[in-house]
Amino acid sequence: MLSFLARGRVFLLAGLICMAGLVSPVGAAEDLAQKAAPASVLDSGDIAWMLLASALVMLMTPGLAFFYGGLVRKKNILSIMMQCFMILCIVSLQWIFCGYSLAFGPDVGGVIGNLDWLGLKGVGMAPGAYAPHIPHRLFAIYQMMFAVITPALICGAFAERMRFSAFCIFSLLWSTLVYAPVAHWVWGAGGFLGTMGGWGTVDFAGGIVVHVNAGMAALAAVLVMGKRHGFPHAISPPHNLPFAVLGAALLWFGWYGFNAGSALGANALAVNAFMATHAAGAVAGLVWCLLDWLKFGKPTTLGMITGAVAGLAAVTPASGFVELSGAVWIGVLAGIVCWLSVTAMKAKFNYDDSLDAFGVHGVGGFLGSVAVGLWATQTANPAGVNGLFYGHAAQFWIQLKACTIVAAYSFVVSWLLFKLVDHIIGLRVTHDEESIGLDLSQHREAGYTVID
Amino acid sequence: MKYIIAIIQPDRLDTVMERLTEKEIHLVTVSQVLGRGRQKGIAEIYRSHKEAGSLLKKIKIEVAVNDEFAQATLDAIMQGARSGRIGDGKIFVFDLEQVQRIRTGEQGPSAIG
Repeated sequence: MLSFLARGRVFLLAGLICMAGLVSPVGAAEDLAQKAAPASVLDSGDIAWMLLASALVMLMTPGLAFFYGGLVRKKNILSIMMQCFMILCIVSLQWIFCGYSLAFGPDVGGVIGNLDWLGLKGVGMAPGAYAPHIPHRLFAIYQMMFAVITPALICGAFAERMRFSAFCIFSLLWSTLVYAPVAHWVWGAGGFLGTMGGWGTVDFAGGIVVHVNAGMAALAAVLVMGKRHGFPHAISPPHNLPFAVLGAALLWFGWYGFNAGSALGANALAVNAFMATHAAGAVAGLVWCLLDWLKFGKPTTLGMITGAVAGLAAVTPASGFVELSGAVWIGVLAGIVCWLSVTAMKAKFNYDDSLDAFGVHGVGGFLGSVAVGLWATQTANPAGVNGLFYGHAAQFWIQLKACTIVAAYSFVVSWLLFKLVDHIIGLRVTHDEESIGLDLSQHREAGYTVID
Repeated sequence: MKYIIAIIQPDRLDTVMERLTEKEIHLVTVSQVLGRGRQKGIAEIYRSHKEAGSLLKKIKIEVAVNDEFAQATLDAIMQGARSGRIGDGKIFVFDLEQVQRIRTGEQGPSAIG
């Protein structure tokens, strides 16, 4: 008789095999539609860029694995990387199966998409409603990479103490019950927060959908899971800062795809987003470095790369809506505010957000998503909005309301999901397993040999 | 027989090895260790979290010698490792009760050299 977990794995495997049959090839109807449309509708330059952008965003997940991996102790490096890779596999499949349909499919009541596009049925080579010059399927591919990296961000909060089986179940549930609805609200056609029939919240590349969402889930994780044993005094420093730097570099590189790719075409808007992204990352990295230098007497590598990531996260919702000056301001603010949240707030409230997933992504994302309500201007994006500094104060309030709603929803539902998974299977490893390290206790592997 | 343990600065290892070889002392074990003396090391900072009890990298050299070589070993290590600055290190000398060569099973002073 198989154990509960073993039976679970058998069902999952069987389900995957059945699902393979559900994944739909491009139907004849879409082919006909494409042949009937004028040849200029699909633009090969846009397609080329969006394929590349999708690949760039995919690279951010292994990049995150290195960024987080370098920051944990040696005995836990594989656990971080395994979590990232597992998400890459499992959430990609969930996205293909139902995630894309739930997030971007035909609207139901403004809160969720329906299951018309189960298995990407009907999502073919003709352009969809979201991107006029690329195949609908390519848009789904691009969005898949966002759906993958968002739950991976949460790993930073519960690093070094979560059971792998619990992690897999949680990530799958979170992607379906938190990420998909929030993506629908902000980006889906008919979603109640967004610009396609909603309140008019703008979020160019995922400040709300990705960073606030994951950041609040991270906070929930921290509160439900509790601190690592020995926090805060007996926690070892990062075991491989060069890995963290490598990871940060891959994230920065991938962020061009994350932000500039959200223009959904190879056009001027993409160029603006690229420049805004880069400037904000550069300025925030510098600001954090200077703050470290002032406060501790020396600039730190970890501080600088963290600052850059904070800036990149903060400018994410704004990159396609602000002028370069606005992006720089957002970078400055992100550097200062996130530095304070990691230095002062975490120490004051004494919570163990191991890798600052809330402190950097949650806080940075919230800041940027509200800041776009200040600095957005139609001179940067004629199809965009104007913010408070450009005469349209209402946008600021819309952004603030939307961020608060998403933050509350993500926090509450994530908290419930953590509690649920804890109840079913247990979230944390035992004290012994935590001391030995997750690599050995969860995966029976060692990241490094000590003796050859 | 004596067992000598020396904690030295990592960048002095090559010089110490040269001095030992000059005095015909070839058998050593070298390991990387962390340690500090009275100067308490350099406090590391990671995302504004100051590490307490900072340790610095050192090299540990271990040599087993017959009594007649003990002073020569001490002199060699002193000459090689000394820079005159704080952090040069320390040498510890122990009485060595027994030595056995694994390959042949011989014991005592002949097993050392």
